[in-house]
Amino acid sequence: MDAKDILGIPKTQLPTTQEKKSRPQKEPQRKPDGISREVYALTGGLAPLMPSIDVSQLKKRPPSDEKITWQWLPFTNSARKDNLQLYHWVRVVNGVPPTGDYSFAKYNKSVDVVKYTDEEYEKYLTDPMWTKEETDQLFELCERFDLRFIVIADRFPSSRTVEELKDRYYVSRAILIARAPSPTDVSGHPLVKDPYNVSQEVERKRALSMVLSQTKHQERKDAEVLAEAKRITDSRMASRAAEEPEMPVASHVGSESADRAVVLGDTVSPSSNIQLPSATVVPSTSIIADSASTLASLRMLRVYLRTYALEQMVQAASSSAGLRTIKRVEQALQELGVNLKPKVPTKAVCAEHLELRKEILTLLNLQKQLQYKEAEGSSYRDGSYIDMPGTPKRSQRAGDQDRTFVPESINFGGERVGKRDQKRKGPGRLSEAPSSPAHKRPRKKASDL
Amino acid sequence: MEGEIEPVDCASASKPPRIEIPKVPDDSEKPIAIKRLKDVEICVPIVYGTMAFHLGRKASESQSHRWTVYVRGATNEDIGVVIKRVVFQLHPSFNNPTRVVESPPFELQECGWGEFEIAISLFFHSDVCDKPLDLYHHLKLYPEAESGPKSTKKPVVMESYNEIVFPEPAEGFFARVLNHPAVVVPRLPAGFVLPTPVPIDSVHGKGRGDTKNHPLSHWFMNFSEADELLKIASARQQVQAHIIKLRRELNMMNGLPPPPNPASGHDYA
Repeated sequence: MDAKDILGIPKTQLPTTQEKKSRPQKEPQRKPDGISREVYALTGGLAPLMPSIDVSQLKKRPPSDEKITWQWLPFTNSARKDNLQLYHWVRVVNGVPPTGDYSFAKYNKSVDVVKYTDEEYEKYLTDPMWTKEETDQLFELCERFDLRFIVIADRFPSSRTVEELKDRYYVSRAILIARAPSPTDVSGHPLVKDPYNVSQEVERKRALSMVLSQTKHQERKDAEVLAEAKRITDSRMASRAAEEPEMPVASHVGSESADRAVVLGDTVSPSSNIQLPSATVVPSTSIIADSASTLASLRMLRVYLRTYALEQMVQAASSSAGLRTIKRVEQALQELGVNLKPKVPTKAVCAEHLELRKEILTLLNLQKQLQYKEAEGSSYRDGSYIDMPGTPKRSQRAGDQDRTFVPESINFGGERVGKRDQKRKGPGRLSEAPSSPAHKRPRKKASDL
Repeated sequence: MEGEIEPVDCASASKPPRIEIPKVPDDSEKPIAIKRLKDVEICVPIVYGTMAFHLGRKASESQSHRWTVYVRGATNEDIGVVIKRVVFQLHPSFNNPTRVVESPPFELQECGWGEFEIAISLFFHSDVCDKPLDLYHHLKLYPEAESGPKSTKKPVVMESYNEIVFPEPAEGFFARVLNHPAVVVPRLPAGFVLPTPVPIDSVHGKGRGDTKNHPLSHWFMNFSEADELLKIASARQQVQAHIIKLRRELNMMNGLPPPPNPASGHDYA
């Protein structure tokens, strides 16, 4: 504000910063009549064109012809088994208190847990895994807790899984069927209609927990794979109108992928009745997987250009690499005198080119590893395994390492970098610290070969 | 019924290509299922590009060059065995910019002054593939270097080598092109039974489809796979040598004994 004074800029009303000034401005615009401003603001502030709430209605409501009092009266609850009498405020109209049961009594629902007689137990329910006492306990808990199996499992004296308990409880289905005079009588009963499948349930819950515990990374990969699968099935649908080939389903690689396959299979299969291509069950983190799925999708095409295939494979191979790394690969290719895109892209040339790119990636990774190792600090190196007489402290190098990580360029042939000191290190390493022939590190020795 | 048919005589050591017989649909209106050869790849090496001659004294503002755009077999064999027709899509400023060439040699000649991108669509015979394949080429009229007076004799040539790949060719297609010089076809194991080839109707009446004696053939570029392979192989060697070195260094830093190095007899202590 003072700045504005100084500058002589006319003071504009900024609603966020100048509250004191804006309030008087709001006053004449205020519409509410009879209710406070804050309350009116709850309805949406200043009056809309079509008033959504009739303001006048907000204040006056009570019907005038009845006499209303509020009294503190006792009440009983039919839902209770004891005759506990409690008190509460009751709205009395013209001296007549309200009739009827306690309004919340109707919510006291419970489950009809099947009760078996001992006979029935002997006939239908004997089970090597369960004693009668346990079964009785179970059913009692079921009744008490309205089939809330999580609670029941918790309260159950011996440790049983929820699925085991459910499985045992749902055996009461057998009782129902047995009791019924004919099968059709009970077929409508939910217990009979949908039998409990223990193994399926166990599996389902395991798959669910796998999905729930997925990391973000896995989620993304799954989404990618799904998108890829969709793309593949779409392109296949489009190009294979006449034929429905059988796709080989790849072998499940580990239970994790199997679970994903279960999940994926369930979600994707309703949309197409063609079996999913192998791409969908591939583990998400390997480059081999990406290449395999790229190959699969290439085979899906009726025709393609060799250069296109190479592009796809290169992309798949560098899928885990960042843009910077890819640029460095290209730089390396140039230094090696290799065309970024082969001039004569035959099958053999493309294959070799791809392998070269992969090898360069490996090389870059190794370089990075090496640099990180070096940067790990002097203490690591001073206590080295090999006795090095007269090795100066690495502290003079520490300064270099504190710099932000600068990737070294691969140098093949040494044509381009003029100042490289040939003596000190082998090809492929730009020297960072001034060379000194007194350094007798074994690492150097190796590279001197 | 889906199934695999093994070839009659499995004498070869390599995995024999399986014939994939897809489900034959019950609906008789659907096209008949095509038998395809899995794990068999038919490859057609092609070269496509442009050649531009400056018109010299006959040049005008609007027409300074006479150029040809074409698609030919990489070895100058007749690609009409695979390609039925080629559609060249020119710059909209040309009359009828969509030019269709129904028979080989698949080329088009025009006059103009400007450089632009030409879209080339390859349409294949019905037993080959029902989808076209698109290529793109930038028409180059002016040479890189300003090398003295523009010659009307020497054209500016820009060609690209590529290979058309059919990953799962139909049996009939395979049988038809099995021995054609324009097509690269892998050998099938002995005893593999193929249907008798059905010749396609071609508009080949006039002249030949190959470009071996093409008037401009001496300007065609040479594409040598060997050179490139050599370059890449030597590059790979260099990279592999570096990798070995770095691995050794890393292992030394980790205190591990150096990995056995089969290539060298180096001894270092």
